[in-house]
Amino acid sequence: MRQELHAEWTKLRTLAGTRRLLFVIIMLTVALSAVASAAVTCPTAGCDHDAAKLSLTGIQLGQAVVAMLAVLAISGEYSTGTIRTTLTAMPRRTTVLAAKAVILAGLTLAAGTVAVLASVLAGRLILPGNGFTPAHGHPLLSLADGPTLRAAAGSVLYLALIALLSLGVATAVRDSAVSIGLVLALLYFLPTVIYMISDPDWQRLLWQISPTNAGLAIQTTTHLSSLPLSPWAGLGVLAAWATAALLGGGLLLRLRDA
Amino acid sequence: MTTITPYRSDLRAGRDGFAQLLRAEWTKFRTVRGWMIGMTAAALVTILLGVLFAAGSHSSCSKGPIEVACPVTPVGPGGEAVDDRFYFVHKSLTGDGSITARVNTMTGQIRKPDVTPGVRNVISGVVPWAKAGVLIKESTKQGSAYAALMVTGSHGVRMQHNFTEDVAGRPGGVSKESPRWLRLTRSGDTLTGYESADGTNWTKVGTARLAGLPSTVRVGLFATSPGDLTVGQAAIGGVTAAARFTEVTAVMDQVDLQGAVSGGPWSHDDVGVVSDVDGTPHHPGGVVESGGTFTVTGVGDMAPGTEGMAIERTLTGALSGLIVVIVMAVMFITAEYRRGLIRTTLIAAPGRGRMLAAKATVIAMVTFVTGLIAAAVTVEVGTRMLRANGNPLLPVSPLTELRVVVGTAAFLAVAAVFALALGVVFRRSVAAVVTAIVLIVLPYVLATTSVLPLSGAQWLLRLTPAAGFAIQQSVPEYAHVLGYYAPQMGYYPLAPWAGLAVTCGYAALALGLAAFLLSRRDA
Repeated sequence: MRQELHAEWTKLRTLAGTRRLLFVIIMLTVALSAVASAAVTCPTAGCDHDAAKLSLTGIQLGQAVVAMLAVLAISGEYSTGTIRTTLTAMPRRTTVLAAKAVILAGLTLAAGTVAVLASVLAGRLILPGNGFTPAHGHPLLSLADGPTLRAAAGSVLYLALIALLSLGVATAVRDSAVSIGLVLALLYFLPTVIYMISDPDWQRLLWQISPTNAGLAIQTTTHLSSLPLSPWAGLGVLAAWATAALLGGGLLLRLRDA
Repeated sequence: MTTITPYRSDLRAGRDGFAQLLRAEWTKFRTVRGWMIGMTAAALVTILLGVLFAAGSHSSCSKGPIEVACPVTPVGPGGEAVDDRFYFVHKSLTGDGSITARVNTMTGQIRKPDVTPGVRNVISGVVPWAKAGVLIKESTKQGSAYAALMVTGSHGVRMQHNFTEDVAGRPGGVSKESPRWLRLTRSGDTLTGYESADGTNWTKVGTARLAGLPSTVRVGLFATSPGDLTVGQAAIGGVTAAARFTEVTAVMDQVDLQGAVSGGPWSHDDVGVVSDVDGTPHHPGGVVESGGTFTVTGVGDMAPGTEGMAIERTLTGALSGLIVVIVMAVMFITAEYRRGLIRTTLIAAPGRGRMLAAKATVIAMVTFVTGLIAAAVTVEVGTRMLRANGNPLLPVSPLTELRVVVGTAAFLAVAAVFALALGVVFRRSVAAVVTAIVLIVLPYVLATTSVLPLSGAQWLLRLTPAAGFAIQQSVPEYAHVLGYYAPQMGYYPLAPWAGLAVTCGYAALALGLAAFLLSRRDA
């Protein structure tokens, strides 16, 4: 496994696009988070906003770039034919995929940590100016606060799981455009379907299995009891999606010709 | 000595007109099986989701535990669904004439969300759009033509007619110290409203032409008060809008009728009142008449109705079709870069801008036709199924329905051109697909799934290419009806065609950038 890890690390590290994408993940996440924090005001006491979740809005955008990074990590090899060299040099295919997953998760965790910390910091600086003050029931955002720490750390994990999910899908699909389309449809279209349905039981069910809705439950710090799933259970749903995608991708990688 | 004639093809040299370019691009699109399958899939998934949505939406009405047939939503003279519930004290008027009355006070009560569950929390007060004044109406039938001059809770004097029209008069409410005189005159099918603070100096508020108003109409005093809107957060992130009972009581006197008015006592009608299980009216209005003073109490509204489903709800699945279309449009160009076909293409058609124009035309046409079929089938089948399942639909004119269907197809086509242009700019499918989806789909998702608060959501749908979704809005927003006009409820901040124009602007910009880069860069 060490050799495989080293090979995958070299491949990703030496691609010019990787560093750029990691930078874009951080920039876009922080930018949208800051804009969302700046756009929302809390003029009166007891305004019903979730400050921690608000300051982490950028994850909604950052996840698209994370998915892009993950899809490119595998489909780039298919489009250029490098996959054949890779598999000749490292014939244990599942190990190759596992190594890719580890490297990707590591990179995403690193970029995600920076992005989330900067987003929370932006929220901490911007939100009090918009009326999110202790007088209005919103203490300063702080990672020393249990739920806020959970929201922040969970958001980093969320991004890593999105990377793994995308890697699994792209390994199964192989074509880059189709895989990114599928992943983004899963992330962005499924949440809108929930509002299409009028039956509350179906709404809850869809919410519980949607990777974005369930996964981002980890960011919620208010009205926890009204969530269909607890925050960590929600992240577990996304983890299940990622595992299923990786297993499916790994299986197809083993069974098919490259 | 032999002369060698170089080989010359028998085929005549082809022309490189735009028609030939179009044909070449169409052949490329048509013969890639995956793209044809993709386009078909985009249409099918849109239709399927619309049908599933319609099949899963059931609606029924009940009074207490008993299920009853749903009341038929009245329809106004303009064809729109209307609320038409008010207390009416009236006589008949034949031919021309007028009514004058003085509004002295308006009081009322409002039910607020229960503080203790199960205990009604009623406070006294008047909601902003509570109305009382003089009314001339075709008949007491719900939805019939009318014009009314009224004092409102906090929007001053208003002249409204046929539910959708609203003209503002002088602002301010009424009290015993400063009453307001109102006069409505009829001349043929033209009704004119006047107001006065002293009963002698009159100011014209507005005129209304009620086409086809019969010679004999009802004329009298009315009062009505719409429900108080409370918007709350739903458990899974949506919003719940609840309208609670309110009531207004207006004291009016100095009533003066001119013209051929029926003699005898005033008729009383609680127009549009529904009865409870035991047969008693639910929240009845009423009138107390003593010595020329009328104290009229009313509940309801005379305004366009917003209760019901808009037809474009069936088209929510078009978002998935949009994602497929974006992927197809990007691949239409990036596949050429990946396989090196772009070099052949540019040798055959050296006019790069024209090549791009041909590609854009083909992808736009293919998407438009696919989208048109998908949207037409979805709306047609979806609305039929929704009606069959007892769901009240907000009626719209055939022209509006056409705009929703054709506009959805046009929006998809413009989005495809936008994605194609991004494909030329990036030359890599993943970057182009992500950019297109982040710019078109993500703003819509953020705005409609209540991730962002209302103001943020509205700005997103004004400034991003997602503004084009506005083309699907079939029922307009009315300034004189209190409602939760949020993107989530299907109300967009831009007018339908303005929204589409924003998306077109982005597509044109991207296409211009693509043409520039295409001519500057080596392929």
